[in-house]
Amino acid sequence: MANLRDIRRRIKSVKNTAQITRAMQLVAAAKMKKAQDQALAGREYARHLTQVLADIRANFGEESHPLLERRNGGRELVLVISTDKGLCGPLNTNLAKAIRSGCSPDADFVTVGRKLRIWCEKLGRKVVADFTVKDPVPFQQVRPIAKFVTRQFLDGHYDKVSIAFTDFVNTLRQEPQVVTLLPVSAEAATEEAGTASADAASRDFLFEPDPAEVLGAILPLFINYEVYQAHVESRASEHSARMVAMKSATDNAKKFIKELTLEYNKLRQGAITAELLEITTAMKAME
Amino acid sequence: MPLHLDIVTPEKKVFSDSVDNVRLPGVDGELGVLPQHAGLVTALKPGELRYLHHGQVVTLAVGSGFAEITQDKVVVLTDMAMGEAEIDEQSTEEAIRRAQEKLKTVSHSMDAEEVAYLEGLISRSSAALHFKRKYRH
Repeated sequence: MANLRDIRRRIKSVKNTAQITRAMQLVAAAKMKKAQDQALAGREYARHLTQVLADIRANFGEESHPLLERRNGGRELVLVISTDKGLCGPLNTNLAKAIRSGCSPDADFVTVGRKLRIWCEKLGRKVVADFTVKDPVPFQQVRPIAKFVTRQFLDGHYDKVSIAFTDFVNTLRQEPQVVTLLPVSAEAATEEAGTASADAASRDFLFEPDPAEVLGAILPLFINYEVYQAHVESRASEHSARMVAMKSATDNAKKFIKELTLEYNKLRQGAITAELLEITTAMKAME
Repeated sequence: MPLHLDIVTPEKKVFSDSVDNVRLPGVDGELGVLPQHAGLVTALKPGELRYLHHGQVVTLAVGSGFAEITQDKVVVLTDMAMGEAEIDEQSTEEAIRRAQEKLKTVSHSMDAEEVAYLEGLISRSSAALHFKRKYRH
């Protein structure tokens, strides 16, 4: 049986842990609010952009722009957006699982975030490039990433570029996703945009100044925003997951402290009773 | 038949409601849109966007972007959309000056994207400034 001093020491250390996790929880909660707002604000723009693209896509063939061209080769590049820090629940593990089932086994990687870069290296996969993105996500830092993967695709190093990120559903739910970024496909865009585009897709559009120019300007914009949105979604997911993980850690620590305190008090009571017993026995013997 | 107008920037949805007409700053000149317009996708340049909402003309300064026009809907995607009250003259001037300086000093070492971004910033800010001065109360 543990003695009193041991238990006291354990209570103290658990208390310290609880304090730390609580501080981390509060920090994550503050960041979470900001990141969630950013993710939600960007969604509207991304959705409309996807919609416009889906609508006008029907007017173009695959050969009209190199970014639309579907190739037969199987070389795949995956842009992985993970977190720099751990302690955010099963976020990165889930994303890794999704990548394992959603990407070809010999795909190369571009990573953002330390956690899954290490994972890629451990598995012996090739990491072509690694980027760091500040928090909160600035659009300026995301553009070079989009540019880099576009270049890789256009130069013919890869036939397909996917993007693996964690979609933010709500504070308690985040879903790992792997979506195809390049070539920009009409089906994916239509699917994402949802319902209304079905009839618009069959409609003919006029273009100003001309179709090629509009498409040439809208495609890079679309890719930039797709990558940007994936980043802000991932960031919102990260902070939410961390907040939840730290909250449950704090709760567990508190529960543990309660249990330990109970045990401590029982022992203390036991010791006092034993002492009293000894005294009364001694007194009885003296009579 | 109403015309539904959506103005969306990366930061937020600026406007979404039925309007009577819209005037857009297209790259090939100003463009008036009424309900039942033919399907059109156009690039926008920084300038003034005007719409008639409940009998009142509302004017916004917009940056470059796109507009998708269908019979009953106009979707404007732009990197900036601000009313007169939102534009701060001093800070906008400051932003233009900073961007121009940056463009001058290190333009040889920057890639084309960076230059394009700065130029976009300048033209967008200039449009905002021009707009502010025109409609100052």
